[in-house]
This record gives sequence, C-alpha cells and structure tokens, in this order.
Amino acid sequence: MRRETLRPNTLRSGPDERGRFGIFGGRFVAETLMPLILELDQAYEAAKADPEFRRELDYYLKDYVGRPSPLWHARRLTAELGGARIYLKREELNHTGSHKLNNVMGQILLARRMGRTRIIAETGAGQHGVATATVCALFGMKCVVYMGATDCERQKPNVFRMRLLGAEVHAVTTGAGTLKDAMNDAMRDWVANVADTYYLIGTVAGPHPYPAMVRDFQCVIGDETRVQLHEVEGRLPDAVVASIGGGSNAMGIFHPFLDDASVRLIGVEAAGRGLDSGEQAASISRGRPGVLHGNRTYLLQDEHGQIQEAHSISAGLDYPGIGPEHSWLHDIGRAEYVAITDDEALAAFQLCTSTEGIIPALECAHALAHVAKIAPAMGKDEIIVMNLSGRGDKDIFTVAEHLGVSL
Amino acid sequence: MSRIAARFAALRQAGRGALIPYLEAGDPDLDTAAAILRGMPGAGADLIEIGVPFTDPMADGPTIQAASKRGLLAGATLGRTLSMVASFREHDVDTPIILMGYLNPIDSYGPARFCADAGRAGVDGLIVVDLPSEEADLLENHAAEHGLDIIRLVAPTTDEVRLPTVLQGSSGFIYYVSITGVTGTRTASEADLVLALPNLRKATDLPVAIGFGIRTPAQAAAAVRVADGAVVASALIETLAKSLDRHGQAGPDTVSLVLDQVRMLAEGVRTARVGAQVKEIVA
Repeated sequence: MRRETLRPNTLRSGPDERGRFGIFGGRFVAETLMPLILELDQAYEAAKADPEFRRELDYYLKDYVGRPSPLWHARRLTAELGGARIYLKREELNHTGSHKLNNVMGQILLARRMGRTRIIAETGAGQHGVATATVCALFGMKCVVYMGATDCERQKPNVFRMRLLGAEVHAVTTGAGTLKDAMNDAMRDWVANVADTYYLIGTVAGPHPYPAMVRDFQCVIGDETRVQLHEVEGRLPDAVVASIGGGSNAMGIFHPFLDDASVRLIGVEAAGRGLDSGEQAASISRGRPGVLHGNRTYLLQDEHGQIQEAHSISAGLDYPGIGPEHSWLHDIGRAEYVAITDDEALAAFQLCTSTEGIIPALECAHALAHVAKIAPAMGKDEIIVMNLSGRGDKDIFTVAEHLGVSL
Repeated sequence: MSRIAARFAALRQAGRGALIPYLEAGDPDLDTAAAILRGMPGAGADLIEIGVPFTDPMADGPTIQAASKRGLLAGATLGRTLSMVASFREHDVDTPIILMGYLNPIDSYGPARFCADAGRAGVDGLIVVDLPSEEADLLENHAAEHGLDIIRLVAPTTDEVRLPTVLQGSSGFIYYVSITGVTGTRTASEADLVLALPNLRKATDLPVAIGFGIRTPAQAAAAVRVADGAVVASALIETLAKSLDRHGQAGPDTVSLVLDQVRMLAEGVRTARVGAQVKEIVA
C-alpha cells in the first residue's frame, strides 16, 4: 500500500501485502513453514531498509562477484543476422559463471543477519547450486544442495565443483529426478530442520517473499543495462530478451524496464522437442494457473491438477512452473512469452560461439535463438539487449552428445 | 451436529480417544483401497483419513510419496476418491471421513464444485496441507456451505501469537503435527506432547488429534492420553507396501494385514486411559 502511494501508476510496485501479483504468487506452504516465511519476510523488509545491508551487498557484488558486468555490442552477430543492433549483457562473466551469484550473495547476507548456520538449496543445471556452495565456502557455512539424479548425471562437472566447494550434494531419485523433485526434497529438508536452516531459493518462484526478494537481488542486471546502454546509445532498447526457466535472469533484466512502454520484453521458454510434442517446459505457452511449491502460477499439469514432467535439453529450464510475476506480466500483456526448441537452441549455441567467441549456457542459447528470429526483421537503428545469463562450459557434454562427438 | 462433532462427543462420553487410520486413495489399486476403507470401522477406526494422491507431496516422507505414486498409477483422481467415499456411505453413515491432500487437484477441480461434490459424497472434513489460514478464503465459504469442516494443522513452530490466526475458521478438530518434519520419519516424545498440548487446549475447545510419527499401539496410546485422537498413516502404508508382489499388485492378504494392524492400534487406543488410571492409583 505504502509503495503504491509513493509510486503511482507503476508496474514495479508488486506484490501486494499478501505476496500476490494479480491472482498469482501467495504463500501456499504447510503450517510448519508458515512462521518461518513470515519471519523471513520481516527480516528481508528490515534488511532492505538498512543502508548498512545495501553497503555490504554492494561491496561483495563489486569485489567478489565482479560487477558491473559488461554490456557487449555483438557486432559480428549483428552483421550475421543483418538487422537490429544486438547487445549482450554479460552475466556469464560473474564469478561462478552466471547471474545466480547476484541473488545468492543477497540471500546469504540475509541468512547471516538472521543467525542461520545451515544453508539448503535446490538446483537444476547446477548454476545455482555452485553459486550457493561458493558463498557458503566464503562465509564458512554448512551447505546442502538437492539436485535431481538425472541432472547430476548430465551436469557432472557442476556436481564435482559443488563437492570441491564443500557442499553436500543429494541426488534426488523421485519423479524424473530433475529440478521439480529437487525442490520438493529441499522443502522436506526445511520442514525437518527449521531451527538452524535457511532455504536459499534460486529463482523468482516459491512462497512470498521469495519471488519479490530474488527479483530485487537480480534487478542489478536491468539497472546496469539501462545506465550502460544510455552511455553508448543514449536511449532505451527496443527489445529485451531473456530465457525463462523459473525466470530469475529474465525478471532481473525486465523489471527495471517495466514502466517503459516502448521497450518490448520477451521471455523465451523451452519448447523442448516441440510445443505439442508432450516433451517441453513451456509453462506459459502450454500450462494453466495452479498451485505448486508455495505459489500460484502457470503450471504444466494434466486435467486432474497433477503436475507434469517438463523436458528441455537445458537442465536449467526443465521446470514445470514459472515465477508468479511472469504469469502476471503475461496476463496483463506487458511481456511476451515465446518458446524455442532444443534444436533451435543448439543451433544458436553454435552461432554465438562461432561469431562472438562466447560459449553461452544452453539456457541463454534459447534466448539467442529467438533473437536470431526477430533481429533480421527489425531495422538497423533498432536495439535488442539479450541477457547472456550463464556460460556454457557446463553444457559442452550435452552439446557434444547431440552433435555426435564423444569427449 | 456434524458427523465429526458427534463422533468426538460420543468418544468423550465413553472416556476414550479416537483412532484415526489413514489410507491413500487408489493404493495399490482402486478396489483394494475401497476394501480397506470398508473394513476399517469394523477393525476399530473411529474416524478415517483418506489421502488424495498428488504428484508432488512436499510435506510427506518417502512412504506416503510412494503410496501417492501407486495411487496415481492405479488411476486415482479426486473424482474417483469421491466415488469411493460415496460407495462407503452406502454401508456406513456414521464414521467420519476426512480427505487430506494438496491444493492443486482441488483448485483444478474447482473449489465450489469440489465442496459440493464432496459434501454429496459424504465427506466430512478437509485437510489441505499447503493451504495455510492466510490463503484459506479460497475454500472456506464453499466448505461451510456444504457442511465440510476445515481441519487445520498446528505445528511445533506455530507460536502463541500466531495460534489465533490458525484457529480462526477451523472446525471439526485440530490436527497437531507432533514433529517438525515430514510424515513417517520421527516420533515425538510423550514429554514433548505433554508440554505442547496444554497451550493448544487453552486456545481452543475443539478436539485435538496428533499425527506424524505415530507408528505403534503404544505410541497411539500415548497420544490419546494427552489428546483426543491419534492419526496413524505411514506405519499402515508400510504394512500394505510389504504385502505387494514385485509388480506392485495387492497380495491375497493385503487387506487383512492392514486391518489387523488397525485392530491392534485400536486396542492400544481403547485401553490407553484405563491403563493410565490404574498406574496413577498404584503410584
């Protein structure tokens, strides 16, 4: 309410006091966790209001994470596609190789303020798990990461990195052994260890305040992009494109542009083997609203409300849900959500590598594939910014397999 | 008076606590689950809790997760669970039935339509694990309109400041989650319960049933010495699971093994307070 009074007519004021963005969001958790969520909400509000917390976070973001990340004018890619000027926001240059560390740094400082000593996290591709294990090593905290057994298998290097960093990695064998199942087990752990444990969620989903808090910590991406693009181009971009699993990298770059009506915001979901193949992870394109993991949002589900398994070539995208604020942005028409197949992402992965000398994570190869679709039809005076949210070292085994190369 | 209120009033009159066994709808198949349900009152169940399978049972341990998965494979849906209750009601008009599950299947069915169908099928109460009081307006009015009690969970983490919020709008009975953790893992000590229950009693006149971690007749007896009822779930499901063949099909003795265990638990619950009184006299 207070924020609405301060900033009228803004799309950036959500969520409301119940943690909702329109009908989405909320707090759908078991009673055992409810007091913890309310405590977290209070602790986060207090931290936000404390200039010392901001100073501490800024210090670590600059000297440890390596911010600001560059905004790279991808000239060869632009020439290759022959249309809009393409800029890449280089989040893959952050320490640990993805945007995940922005959020993790914010939350670990919060966990320390709250006096927690044990950190749990869930991870799909391992980017969030590696980021979490990293800050736990930095601050000497106990770290437990839940990761689907299938994901452990296809992301072996990240599992090894987490273990090197001192984290316990639990391979989750229920369901399809992917991110959804890892999230269930992290929640089970949290219920059983409420006294000393902080659950460090890696995306803009989960019960309130997580979607808003993770978004706030990721907004540094969009805030920097505005300033950097203004310096080189003197204006706003025409389109901002980002890949969507849970949606944290997209929300981080979208949010600071929400009130700029001239900027198209485009989220790219994983169409897997095709939107109608039954093997995809496009929650908005092929899901409907429901409740899972503490929030109401678009979900892949059958007619009985049972959650369906998601599929994507990228372990970081195959989650059957999406952050609730994205669901709301979709429903009010502020952001567009499209889908890219495994094959299209693979082609874009190679395009980026060969033209710019940057190996992108398969997640952002999805965003790039969409850029490759729209850029040629746009004018040469138009600007697209794409969030290059992670580096692709972790994905070279998957890519090699699909290219028929044995490593 | 609702069936739940009537049953607890009768039990209070009789001076004993309630045994509330649990079964998962469709586990291991629709017919076997229905047979277990039919046999439970005769075996000593005072109220019955039926789990509605969900793909992502976040608050449940491995035992109920597995049961949920078997139920889904066997084709259990919310609609079929209601049909099972309706069939049960043709032979039993007294034993209260409580459905326990997660919000999304209900949300997908439509809360208004679900409450109407559940009331018509003979369901008496609902426990929706991931629907805390703050979000309960989604279901409350529809439930009240069709005579369904909303049974709230109270956890060890629920402090005295929060308790009134949790209790507001709750009816039937209070489900006290005796441990912080998922179902079927640990067991609360009687000392923990003796500490926790008086605070809860001060805040509500509703009966209190204890669940999570009660496995043996002795533990069930301990629970009803401090509370009005004991819920037993994972221990019964383990018995069922052990009786299945390697394809997960029910064996010839699946139903009788589960019901025998219900009988033993009922015996524990029925003699709990008698034993306690004798001990006090001897002491």
